Amino acid sequence: MALLDVKNLSVDFETDQGTVHAVRDITFSVGESEAVGIVGESGSGKSVTMYSVMGLLAANGTITDGSVTFKGTEITEKAFLNHRAYEACMEKIRGNEMSMIFQDPMTFLNPVVKIGKQITEVIKNHEKISDAEAKKRAVELMAQVGIPSPEKRLNQYPHEFSGGMRQRIIIAIALANHPKLIIADEPTTALDVTIQAQVLDLIKEMKEKLQSSVIMITHDLGVVASLCDKIIIMYGGKIVETGTDREIFYEAKHPYTRGLLQCVHNPEKKEKLTPIAGSPPDLLKPPVGCPFVDRCPEAMKVCKLYMPEAAAYSETHQCACWLEEVKRRKGENHG
Amino acid sequence: MADMAEVKRNVSAAGGTNLAVCAGEQPILKVEHVKTYFDVTKGLFSPKQIVKAVDDVSFSVGRGETYGLVGESGCGKSTLGRTLVKIYPATEGKIMYNGQDIAAFRGAEEKNFRKEVQMIFQDPYASLNPRMTVGEIIKEPMEIHGILSSSGEREERAAELLKIVGLKPDHIRRYPHEFSGGQRQRISIARTLALNPRFIICDEPISALDVSIQAQIINLLKEIQDEMGISYLFVAHDLSMVNYISHRIGVMYLGHLVEEGDADEVYSDPIHPYTKALLSAIPIPDPDVAKRKSRIKLEGELPSPINPPAGCPFRGRCPMATEDCGRERPEMKDYNGHKAACFCV
Amino acid sequence: MTETKEILDDSLFEKLDDSEKNTEFIAMESKTYFQDAWRCFKKNKLALGGLVFLTIMILLAVFVPLVSPYTYDAQDLDVRNALPSMEHLLGTDKLGRDILVRLMFGARISLSVGFVAAFLNLIIGVVYGGISGFVGGKADMVMMRIIDCIYSIPSMLYVILIMMVFGSNIGSVLLGICVSSWIGMARQVRTQVQTLKQQEFALAAYVIGASKVRILFKHLIINCMGPIIVSTTLMVPEAIFTESFLAFIGIGISLPQASWGTLASEARSVIQSYPLQIVWPVLAICLTVLSLNFIGDGVGEALDPKNR
Repeated sequence: MALLDVKNLSVDFETDQGTVHAVRDITFSVGESEAVGIVGESGSGKSVTMYSVMGLLAANGTITDGSVTFKGTEITEKAFLNHRAYEACMEKIRGNEMSMIFQDPMTFLNPVVKIGKQITEVIKNHEKISDAEAKKRAVELMAQVGIPSPEKRLNQYPHEFSGGMRQRIIIAIALANHPKLIIADEPTTALDVTIQAQVLDLIKEMKEKLQSSVIMITHDLGVVASLCDKIIIMYGGKIVETGTDREIFYEAKHPYTRGLLQCVHNPEKKEKLTPIAGSPPDLLKPPVGCPFVDRCPEAMKVCKLYMPEAAAYSETHQCACWLEEVKRRKGENHG
Repeated sequence: MADMAEVKRNVSAAGGTNLAVCAGEQPILKVEHVKTYFDVTKGLFSPKQIVKAVDDVSFSVGRGETYGLVGESGCGKSTLGRTLVKIYPATEGKIMYNGQDIAAFRGAEEKNFRKEVQMIFQDPYASLNPRMTVGEIIKEPMEIHGILSSSGEREERAAELLKIVGLKPDHIRRYPHEFSGGQRQRISIARTLALNPRFIICDEPISALDVSIQAQIINLLKEIQDEMGISYLFVAHDLSMVNYISHRIGVMYLGHLVEEGDADEVYSDPIHPYTKALLSAIPIPDPDVAKRKSRIKLEGELPSPINPPAGCPFRGRCPMATEDCGRERPEMKDYNGHKAACFCV
Repeated sequence: MTETKEILDDSLFEKLDDSEKNTEFIAMESKTYFQDAWRCFKKNKLALGGLVFLTIMILLAVFVPLVSPYTYDAQDLDVRNALPSMEHLLGTDKLGRDILVRLMFGARISLSVGFVAAFLNLIIGVVYGGISGFVGGKADMVMMRIIDCIYSIPSMLYVILIMMVFGSNIGSVLLGICVSSWIGMARQVRTQVQTLKQQEFALAAYVIGASKVRILFKHLIINCMGPIIVSTTLMVPEAIFTESFLAFIGIGISLPQASWGTLASEARSVIQSYPLQIVWPVLAICLTVLSLNFIGDGVGEALDPKNR
């Protein structure tokens, strides 16, 4: 059984301008101690998906359809008697069995509370232990995530730490209660390359140590290449391709995935960059057919009218594109 | 992003090329021992604290060339870029534009400098005035410099510029917040192009954008350069993209230039240990290579520029550091046109 | 679903022409800042009510003295202290003057004092604070110390001194109110400008060669319009209040002219026998100030970027 199962999830946001269909009918699962990368541009719905899993959607966002199942129990609000019961359950899960690493540590850390207190609070929220013991655990955690002289730094405030160090603290807090699932929302986007490498290594190391599952949300395929076993490509609120790392990087089927691969400069191969033309679709009025149609170099008339179904290439590799149908028809004609 | 022919036509129509191509090989920009310091002393009686953001940097940018400047945040690369357009005054040293010291520019010379040297900023959400329409934003530089006589002509030109950067002319009445990050960055580029500049400082123009959009902006900048012969100073922290767009690369660390050379050479055959570490930290979009590749792990982070360590600035994090490195600052040494400042070579 | 696939005609699988693609499409409706703010303001019923009340009050203040058969100073000693009737809708005062006309005449004075004071504050405060924040350095230091000096003298003292020098008239009252009240606005604008001038769009304006005046007004001040407008709207009731208070204690415009404060002060002497007379001016002050405050809140909410 998968650890996390997301089925036919749709999320809408009510705005002044109308309803934004941020996530539209997506289905995926995350297995035990599996690392999954969700890749997409800003506005593709990748963060919204994870926020709805965590029950952290903004007030104007609602899950309109679908279900989220974690360890065999449904954790969508509609499965609960009332909002209070749902919140109570989610509070138990969040930070305990499922935790999140945010893009900007400063939005998560309280600027006027000492780092040590912020870590021990999380530990004590989920476990009844003494102050001294919690402090000892905090020091251990900080040492584990590579913060030098943790005893001293326990008494410092967030602003006394650099960006990379803050991200390490966020990771320490996220790992405090040995979660089964760690969701990392663009954890390295705001960091420099050298620090990014350090943080990615740390996440990888901690994942192996704790045997947790990791969901890595990013817009950079380079970030998931070394870390993830399974990669989900999202575009315009939909999943366009899913596959193992090798399937996505070497046998990409969807024109968007291929486009993404071509616009990352790979120094090992000297290729010209081919950007994907245009901008992501406006989800106030998403295209009826394939969301990628307006930027796709291979777009056909059918793409504008109907959303393609996902076709399976292997047990793990699926792609939703009309090109597959074209291939099939050609094959029929020849045969 | 087509219509490059139009750009060319307009270069001669609207104001013309600002400079006759100078004879000889005089670089468009020459930076000599520039230092930019900031006094951050708090209160009257505390000891003087000086941030040495840029500390004795020299380089030059040739005509039609792209000079890439890389380094981690806090290394002074953006400060240097801003010093070059006089947002910050240089504490010491000389910045020569077309052979003339920019600090001495007054009146008409200053105005001409403002017209020919432009800047593209990092944050596409902050670099456009939220209360102006896209049309007003693009027309503003033309109004200031009196390019084209009537408002109607300017409007037409603004629409044309929008087309050049790949947007639609009818976006002219919209406000910046209605656009995505990549689209805004293209509006920024259209604004700078309105003046037919000769030199553009690109201050991390892609680091706030999605990867797929980064390539668009880079290619757009490249196309513009090919058509108009503009020189760029391309400031970024992403070595792979810098390598793609630049002819030459300079690597900065803690206010100092530590390595400089031909883009491909710096990339394939780095000399300075810091450059090597930077290169090995780049995530590679190829799982087989990424899993195979060993990284040079850099311990720690950039030290504070308030009290920089004596000697080699990189000493504290350098895997090759010896006692000698603490004694004095290594000078830039020339290895067949590829320069680096390190004792251990 | 496979059946639907079969129905699709082969012609649908032709390549799409670039011109048929809808790239760079923006579905969002384009609205200017103020259109957007107005839409948000309209949702706030209290603020809207305040605006309606204020509009009615202004219209009455303009037209009642024009169409009424009475003037504000015409005494009719036969009908002293009359109760409301068809002839005198709100009754008459102790000298037989029509209270409605006097009240509306007072509204002219009180409201114009409020709006003119707010307007003067706006101009002085924005220019002073804008320059101080934009120029920075020593000039800023000196300008701020000047403000501190002005602020250190009680505003009542200014009013009394100015009255002594320029006499009791509406101009002196205005001057008295304005001498020190623009300081809040100046400080606010200064802080805003200080943060905004570091923003990249301000630097961008500098790099394209915009003059300092242009950067200050076209780029910086226009972007702190939100808080400026809010403080200005809230300045109006404050000035009305101060004027009324001054008039009530006998400082301000001279009789027989009347502002709401003088009306209340006059009615005080007959409060035992004709308490209704003091109700009218007090009610006018209360409702106007209340609706102006509601409007201020509504504007603040509508212009707050967090509410978008």
